Amino acid sequence: MSILEIRDLTTAFQTGSGQITAIENVNLDLAEGEILGVVGESGSGKSVTALTVMGLLPRPPARILSGTVRFGGEDLLRLSDSRMQRIRGPGIAMVFQEPMTSLNPVFPIGEQIMETIRAHENLSQKDVFARAVEMLEKVGIPSASTRMADYPHQLSGGQRQRVMIAIALACRPRVLIADEPTTALDVTIQAQILDLLMDLRDELGMAIMIITHNMGVIAETADRVAVMYAGRVVEEAPVARMFDGPLHPYTTGLLECVPSLADDRERLVAIPGTLPEPSRRPPGCRFAPRCSKVIAACRETLPPLESYGTDHRAACIRASEWAAA
Amino acid sequence: MTTLIEATGVTKHFPVRTGGFLRRTITPLRAVENVGLRVETGETLGLVGESGCGKSTLGRLLIRLIPTTAGQVLFDGTDITTLGHRDLREARKSMQIIFQDPYGALNPRMTVEDIVMEPLFIHGAKRSAETRASVANMLSMVGLPSRALERFPHEFSGGQRQRIGIARALILRPRFVVCDEPVSALDVSVQAQIVNLLRDLQRELGLTYLFIAHDLAVVKHISDRVAVMYLGKIVEVAEKRELYATPLHPYTQALIAAVPVDHPSRRARGRAERQRLDGDIPSPMHPPSGCRFHTRCPHVMPICREQEPPVTEPTPGRNVACHLHS
Repeated sequence: MSILEIRDLTTAFQTGSGQITAIENVNLDLAEGEILGVVGESGSGKSVTALTVMGLLPRPPARILSGTVRFGGEDLLRLSDSRMQRIRGPGIAMVFQEPMTSLNPVFPIGEQIMETIRAHENLSQKDVFARAVEMLEKVGIPSASTRMADYPHQLSGGQRQRVMIAIALACRPRVLIADEPTTALDVTIQAQILDLLMDLRDELGMAIMIITHNMGVIAETADRVAVMYAGRVVEEAPVARMFDGPLHPYTTGLLECVPSLADDRERLVAIPGTLPEPSRRPPGCRFAPRCSKVIAACRETLPPLESYGTDHRAACIRASEWAAA
Repeated sequence: MTTLIEATGVTKHFPVRTGGFLRRTITPLRAVENVGLRVETGETLGLVGESGCGKSTLGRLLIRLIPTTAGQVLFDGTDITTLGHRDLREARKSMQIIFQDPYGALNPRMTVEDIVMEPLFIHGAKRSAETRASVANMLSMVGLPSRALERFPHEFSGGQRQRIGIARALILRPRFVVCDEPVSALDVSVQAQIVNLLRDLQRELGLTYLFIAHDLAVVKHISDRVAVMYLGKIVEVAEKRELYATPLHPYTQALIAAVPVDHPSRRARGRAERQRLDGDIPSPMHPPSGCRFHTRCPHVMPICREQEPPVTEPTPGRNVACHLHS
């Protein structure tokens, strides 16, 4: 049962030099209690997808050209601002990459958590305070009730990210979107935050969409994975199938190009070239110019996302060959 | 194998003003404290540690990009910390650095040709057919087309800009190159290109690298030996396979255990084995007494709080600073 259903979503930006399509025909589903990993590199459109869902893109310059985002029987894209305001928080909450810039530097962290609770729930001041302390404890901030008065600059990067998660969880959301939640953090702190997200999912039954460029983060946390490239979902599968039998050459490349602690290869298998800029995307398959398996037909038509067995989808015209291999 | 760089007792304190307006005091930020390190000719020494541990500062001290507070750094037998201006300039030809941020490290108003040629000018060369040819040759070595010469940095992607930065560092044919997080700002699909390029150039030109990074897998891939740093101190140095297979220092163990697994099937094991390292790195302005890691160490003993552990050599070529091994 999907709790969040993204269909055919296309978002564009108006720029000085014309309209640029950031994401195209994106379809994603998030099931109750599931962790969906969305993986892609810069410019793949993964953050734009999240921000569109959250209704956080300023319009203009952003324009939603098509699609629906179904959550709890409603299409979020057609809600009024005030209705959407009420969904953000208790319905869907988001954690951003930069814990430094996402917190307000002139308010104590406790105040920032309580502000969120007050905006959505009618509780006494005492209960609001108690809930905020509970949230800080839940995300592992020691001596939470005294730390409520701390300002963001008094916290370390890992603690700030914990506070961001506490704010996002303050209204007990059903869906949490975490956009590169550990990218700015060191590995030991990253491990703490990933463990925390998984504990919270187990404990609160939230669905989590975790957006990352790091295949390791996917391997650690996700139940299902969607790979995005140049604004489109190119492959989607349960996490083990994605790692064992990827059907899109870009996914294969992503898995091979990062060194792991286990391997002892002399050379890394690099993906040649660079990501195309949104204004200069090639016709046909977006990955064709960098693909080692490219054939003439790839450059002509944009391959649609097609199913290969249950719950495995890929957008590559040669995918059936890789599936048979 | 001969030693190219030998650092002993290298220390760097940055003065930091603290306190209010009336009670202003200067507290030293102890970025690097009494570090000894050798880099052998032709090897890649990896240097890992979390942000704020002093790894970039140490890299800069080894090539005297910033002055040391104490200690000496021998480059091929010469102490570079005491060199006069003229000798230092001469020595700098042999040691170069590649920076992390390919966007901030290149002057946006200069063409690629001028950027790569600038080190030659600084060391007395004039623009000539010969210098232009060597710049063009360098660009092709780093995999950039010759039409890149007249272009400006903004016309290039992050990976290509890093190639320009590498060309600039190598144009003087240095012997020692400090690579300071050279791939961490790049997209993962591009990282591998740059890592492979750095290895190829090392073989072709006989370079010695200090490779600074926080990504343990990349460091393992490119290095021969790896040094682990925590709060201004080197806690362990070993040949890379030894270090990753049997880390001796509890901090090295925790760091390796924190690396995400490479396949979801290893996930359960990864979580069970993970020694969660609680808390954060303490402030380098007030480092803990004794062993600096004792506030987070799962194996802490009373002695760790009082005495700094000596550097020992449990097996030949391997160093660790931990009371468990002394």
